[in-house]
Amino acid sequence: MLAALVLASGCASAERAPGGGAPAPAPAGPEAPAAAPVADRGDRAPALTAAEIEAIYRSRLEAARARYTEADVRFMTDMIHHHAQAIEISRLVPDRSASASIRTLAARIINAQQDEITTMQRWLADRNRPVPELHITDDGVMVHAPAGDAGAGGAAGHAGHARHPDQPGHDHADMPGMLTPEQIQELAAAEGVAFDRRFLELMIEHHQGAVTMVLDLFASDGAAQDAEVFRFASDVQVDQVTEVARMERMLATLPQRNSP
Amino acid sequence: MIQSSPFRSPGVARNRLGALAAVLALSAGGVACASSAAPASGPAPVAVAGGQAAGAPSPDPRVGLGAGLLDAEEAIWNLRLLSATPPPEDFIGVTNSDLAFTGNYAIQGNYNGFQIWDISDPRAPELVVGYVCPASQSDVSVFGNLLFVSGEGMEGRLDCGVQGVPQAVSPDRLRGIRIFDISDIARPEYVANVQTCRGSHTHTVLEHPGDTDNVYIYVSGSAPVRPEAELEGCIGAPPEEDPESALFRIEVIRVPLADPQAAAIVSSPRFFDGLEAPPRHGPAPADLAEIEAARERGAFMVEIMGEMQIFPDEIADQLLTQVVAQRGGSGAPTAADSTMLRQMLPGMVAQMTGIDPDGPEPGPTQCHDITVYPAIGMAGGACEGYGILLDISDPIDPRRMHAVADSNFAYWHSATFNNDGTTVLFTDEWGGGGQPKCRDTDPMEWGANAIFSIENGAMRFRSYYKLPAAQTEMENCVAHNGSLIPVPGRDIKVQAWYQGGISVFDFTDPDNPFEIAFHDRGPIDPDRMEMGGSWSVYWYNGVMVSSEIARGLDIFELTPSEFLTQNEIDAAKTVRLDEFNPQGQPRFTWEPSFPVARAYLDQIERSGGLPAARIAAAREALSQAEGSTGSARGSVLTGLAGELEGAAGSSADAARVRALATTLRELSGM
Repeated sequence: MLAALVLASGCASAERAPGGGAPAPAPAGPEAPAAAPVADRGDRAPALTAAEIEAIYRSRLEAARARYTEADVRFMTDMIHHHAQAIEISRLVPDRSASASIRTLAARIINAQQDEITTMQRWLADRNRPVPELHITDDGVMVHAPAGDAGAGGAAGHAGHARHPDQPGHDHADMPGMLTPEQIQELAAAEGVAFDRRFLELMIEHHQGAVTMVLDLFASDGAAQDAEVFRFASDVQVDQVTEVARMERMLATLPQRNSP
Repeated sequence: MIQSSPFRSPGVARNRLGALAAVLALSAGGVACASSAAPASGPAPVAVAGGQAAGAPSPDPRVGLGAGLLDAEEAIWNLRLLSATPPPEDFIGVTNSDLAFTGNYAIQGNYNGFQIWDISDPRAPELVVGYVCPASQSDVSVFGNLLFVSGEGMEGRLDCGVQGVPQAVSPDRLRGIRIFDISDIARPEYVANVQTCRGSHTHTVLEHPGDTDNVYIYVSGSAPVRPEAELEGCIGAPPEEDPESALFRIEVIRVPLADPQAAAIVSSPRFFDGLEAPPRHGPAPADLAEIEAARERGAFMVEIMGEMQIFPDEIADQLLTQVVAQRGGSGAPTAADSTMLRQMLPGMVAQMTGIDPDGPEPGPTQCHDITVYPAIGMAGGACEGYGILLDISDPIDPRRMHAVADSNFAYWHSATFNNDGTTVLFTDEWGGGGQPKCRDTDPMEWGANAIFSIENGAMRFRSYYKLPAAQTEMENCVAHNGSLIPVPGRDIKVQAWYQGGISVFDFTDPDNPFEIAFHDRGPIDPDRMEMGGSWSVYWYNGVMVSSEIARGLDIFELTPSEFLTQNEIDAAKTVRLDEFNPQGQPRFTWEPSFPVARAYLDQIERSGGLPAARIAAAREALSQAEGSTGSARGSVLTGLAGELEGAAGSSADAARVRALATTLRELSGM
């Protein structure tokens, strides 16, 4: 993010950057050019006004948004669909689970991933990229993919039923960890401890898929240079790795039968 | 609800099962969220409800503040904002991160490098240098003339260039620790770096007892492992597939002080290993006696992880009532109901706590932060799904003492010990800091602090503390970094909550934390969430310095209130440090002084530990002593000390009365 800000704002810092792998401290001091590091003791320029600071702040946020790769966009778009399915299956829990701790887990997943979808939508909108819209109704969770997203061909796609063989392009059902419509139907038909076991198994798989998506992003050239993407993807990774460990623990402690 | 492996004592079980019963009761009503139900023990200093003290402003002025970058509305209580300094131009619009302190300087990390501020005059901090060297998070620590900076993001370069690193694999990328020589504070010199497999999200500096030639750094990194093609030996596969895995371990770097260029990783401890079967001690004799007595009176008990735990009667009663209701009955439970409950308990506990004596418990792969408290030889590791207590008597080989997990905790983020080392507080950075987790719809147990007492090397859950003022969708908010405020005789912490502002709270009684001061601004933007707020706030030599992500550097001082007197503030200000790092806790000691004596006296008055007349007389004597010198002063002080020692035996606050008497005796000899 920084680099983009500094570059876009015309700061001379970019011209510094000596080559080679060795640490290369730049000169400091009042005589140094506008390049960093800036020794600012005593003889600094007149302080910026609040309005000037705010203007620089806004322009740097704008400039930061100009620097991303298609891998970043694909990650943010895909992860909205992926999260939507996690919400969809978590919403099955309250009516079917026998376990208060799994109800707590599901409530957390819904809360966390809904907020993260908001973050991803904001990120895409800031870059004038198509923003998949989330619709949660009593019937389920729908992701309305806007025109321009090859993934759903501009049609409304059911988060868990994203297999659209008639449509061209990227199919969100192919993302790692995505459940098939059959798996979701099977889960929706279960209840009690049997539901809990299947829910945990499928959600672990789903989370591991999200982690794979983060690792794939980081393996793409130029991806996650943007600090916002890096931070978000790292947080998704670490939250879901932690949650997988928690779910594996829960799975190991489930009672064998639907009783008492 | 807390899940602990293992439950350690009947006392532990009582609290844990209290929470369990609350969950059971809630789930019976179809409510999904757990709630804490740690029974209070002992009288609270003030009436407390949800972390707010009686006497706190109502309605809370933090709710509904107007937005703005530099002109947001503000709410402040029992604090004074001494200065609010916007970032220098190179750092505007770029995330400010953590703080470290040396002498009169505050060093503020920024994703674009770091800034060094002269805070000699806290009303007008002056920028000494802004050093551009991009890398997130740029968390900072100092040791003597060395400055350490964390690099984790993909854009960090070895040469500090601002152009980023566009290739997924590149020899130019820095992920690890940068080392600067700050002998001349205005001209930091980049002298070395140490590359690590996961980069450095945060780090911790500590000394090895008896080793004055080196300093050690624990590197915590939560990002994915970098490719082996970029840094040799970085294996992302789990340890069962490759024993050299970079997962499930931390890195320890040794930095030779005379030759920092020779800094290198010296060990990669895997102190999570075997977490599925943590070592545990058998019950103490007193616990055994308690178990035996409980068995005799017919109490409900359940074996968890090989230890017998007692259900408190009131919880057993609740559960019995549920059993009666479930069979459609009414009235008093029968013997059959009791039998039914006894049969159900083990299964209920196993399911509610997630503890299975035979089941696997995968450990964390990394720690987020490790707070070291060398004076007590312990560290608190906040490691993904676990809070871990470590023995660091050998810094190269930290050993796990105890671990706890908590279903209300998404992500264990950082730890703070109280000064005595009897309490440890862990934060849960739910959502990673970029999400609004303080809305009125977010449970008070989520994204909060969990407070534990440390008993025989193990942690016992006591309570949660979360910022008690609801924030908006536009404000990223969750528990984050802070430090103790050295008020003698009390445990007080100042803590950053991102755009939730800063909150000062008392957790002397770990069952009843309560807020005593705050500052908050409205959102940065009225229409959308922008990253902002206080990343961290630390007490340093009389003031509290806050790193505001978007708005710069804020410096506060405490103002007196019914919750904290001027004498207590003055006593805190007598503690001076030469250096302070966020993840290294110094043990505070108080030189005997009149402010310290008066602080204790104020606390004894607050607790009702001495009659009002005796307190008035003691204050009179202190004034008299302060106004005199030599032997006259000495005899007044020793006389007062003697009187207090005599009165301590019958005081309800005996320890504090004795601490006051000791302070007076020491003062008389000065």
